[in-house]
Amino acid sequence: MSGHATYQPKNAFMQWMERRLPIAGLVYSSFIAYPTPRNLNYWWTFGGILAFMLGVQIITGIVLAMHYTPQVDFAFNSVESIMRDVNYGWLLRYLHANGASMFFLAAYVHMFRGMYYGSYKEPREVLWILGVILLLLMIMTGFMGYVLPWGQMSFWAATVITNLFSAIPVVGESIVTWLWGGYSVGNPTLNRFYALHYLLPFVIVGVVVLHIWALHMVGQNNPTGVEPKTDRDTVAFTPYATIKDSFLMVVFCLLLAWFVFYIPNFLGHPDNYIPANPAVTPTHIVPEWYYLPFYAILRAIPNKLLGVMALGASIVILAFLPWLDTSKVRSANYRPLYRQFFWVFVIVCIGLGWLGSKPPEGNYVLIARIFTVYYFAYFLVILPILGLVEKTKPLPNSIAESVLQASAPSGGKA
Amino acid sequence: MAITRSVLALAASLTVLVAPALAQEQDTDLPPKNKWSFAGPFGKYDRAQLQRGFKVYREVCSVCHGLKLVAFRTLADPGGPGCTTAQAAAIAAEYQVPAEPDDQGEVKLRPGRLADYFPPPFPNEQAARARYNAVPPDMSVLAKARGFERGFPYWVWDMITQYQEHGVDYITALMLGYEDKPPAGVTLPPGNFYNKYFPGHAIAMPPPLTDKRVDYTDGAPMTVEQYAKDVSAFLMWTAEPHLEARKRTGMQVFIFLLVLAGLLYFTKKKVWHAVELKPETSRPKA
Repeated sequence: MSGHATYQPKNAFMQWMERRLPIAGLVYSSFIAYPTPRNLNYWWTFGGILAFMLGVQIITGIVLAMHYTPQVDFAFNSVESIMRDVNYGWLLRYLHANGASMFFLAAYVHMFRGMYYGSYKEPREVLWILGVILLLLMIMTGFMGYVLPWGQMSFWAATVITNLFSAIPVVGESIVTWLWGGYSVGNPTLNRFYALHYLLPFVIVGVVVLHIWALHMVGQNNPTGVEPKTDRDTVAFTPYATIKDSFLMVVFCLLLAWFVFYIPNFLGHPDNYIPANPAVTPTHIVPEWYYLPFYAILRAIPNKLLGVMALGASIVILAFLPWLDTSKVRSANYRPLYRQFFWVFVIVCIGLGWLGSKPPEGNYVLIARIFTVYYFAYFLVILPILGLVEKTKPLPNSIAESVLQASAPSGGKA
Repeated sequence: MAITRSVLALAASLTVLVAPALAQEQDTDLPPKNKWSFAGPFGKYDRAQLQRGFKVYREVCSVCHGLKLVAFRTLADPGGPGCTTAQAAAIAAEYQVPAEPDDQGEVKLRPGRLADYFPPPFPNEQAARARYNAVPPDMSVLAKARGFERGFPYWVWDMITQYQEHGVDYITALMLGYEDKPPAGVTLPPGNFYNKYFPGHAIAMPPPLTDKRVDYTDGAPMTVEQYAKDVSAFLMWTAEPHLEARKRTGMQVFIFLLVLAGLLYFTKKKVWHAVELKPETSRPKA
């Protein structure tokens, strides 16, 4: 797409085809000849890992859907029959459930990498915003998937989260009734969540295509944040990026396999093995771990409507990041102050995750409030001001130069 | 380093805030850890233990607790209690299940077959409540439906050591956690019993096990503790009948992935060698 090495097939059929549908040329220019910065570190392999995980989720999900029954009286037992009677059903289900966790883990690493190296800055704003849209779609898909086994946590998570919409003035209650398809979470809710849980992953695929398209338009960022200038700054996608991505993908699979085969229920909640019962409320209703930071922000605010708005804002604010960060320098490697605030931000996000799993009482609420303030201040106060006052380190003239410096004995951190 | 300093300062101030909250949290004893043959990456069920646990279930638990998701045929499945198909069929035949409607539309009872599931002890919840003032939970997935939180940092350690036996440890502890008299100042609702490990401590189930209540023929001790462990192991199997296949497959997958990762690592090194050695001359063409 960027007009580098063009595809010139030697085979007569491929030449014929290329003049009619240049799909082989597209693959060639996107995944073989595509120039990629030579100094990318392993944090850059998570995009490939995410694409792989999306594939895993879709394939396991389609087979699971062939055995699952989206009806309140049968949903729980149909999942159990997958676990007991379907050939390798236990593997499919554990892969899908733990795969969702690993998918989010990879997405968060991918996002933090983008934030550390300033990958959202001009000209990559649209690329970043597409990523935020992908996160939103993932959150919705994951939530609806969690409801499908129709255990106690499924049911009560569905009740709590859909009820958030009731905070909207005037029309809130009507919206909730409309979402439920009734006056409580019930069979219509389960049915539509199932339909949407099947649909949304394909919407994700579509946005992923746009995300990759935008990426190939502007090129990858890199640890220096300096754009490639000459051929010396880049290497061809294949074999260099391909082999590096493959290696880390397999390492990531080892992590996934650890959970799937040895501790498959570790990340789940025991209550979800109790069939849904509208008459019994669990002692603590907690979402899956990957929603906990947002859940903590929701509960840190005493007013329901404001809490829901903060929850929404905590995700939407990410889309404005390219304009909230006023610094011209991309990479945190050359921004000594930003780097500190960034790592505190990472700790605050993990801390919010931990607080989300705790009951909202006593000092937990206090800490959650402090962290919530930092979360928003990071975007609204720290980043805008920092870009104007921070004294950044000198940037290397080119990627190749920074690589040379790093390999020299007195070289700094790349 | 500046980063380390700011992180340490943040951690220190957090500890001050969190410490009292953590201290007030642990008001219940956590179930002690037991040794299970099925724990760890090479775990396998102990067939004799599953057989004994099944006996405890049949003679004690099954009066009130169902196993409605468990089919008789699975008793003969590999990785289970190790019954032969004939034995499983004989066990099934001891149960009465509703037959298909006859010519007159009457539903009569017939002896169970391999394809049938353990029949529930009560026709419905109301019947259970009328008799016991509570609904005894179905036990099919009980070992996965119970657990306890060990809190940070223990859960990190549990993740690394593959500790996932929270459910069975809880069930065992519950069987052994009954106390004749509640501690001073605790009053129980009528018909309830005090149990150290039950959330809230007031449990409607009377202590189900007593020494020598179930006859063991394999020389295992006939104590409440042994009964509790055996029935917990049996319930782990009912909840996770393919555990052995899962862990065996896991080992194969791990070996495959480790070898593949090694090959890819060295291939990557070889491919990148030229680029890293002479940075100024590179940009190899594809």
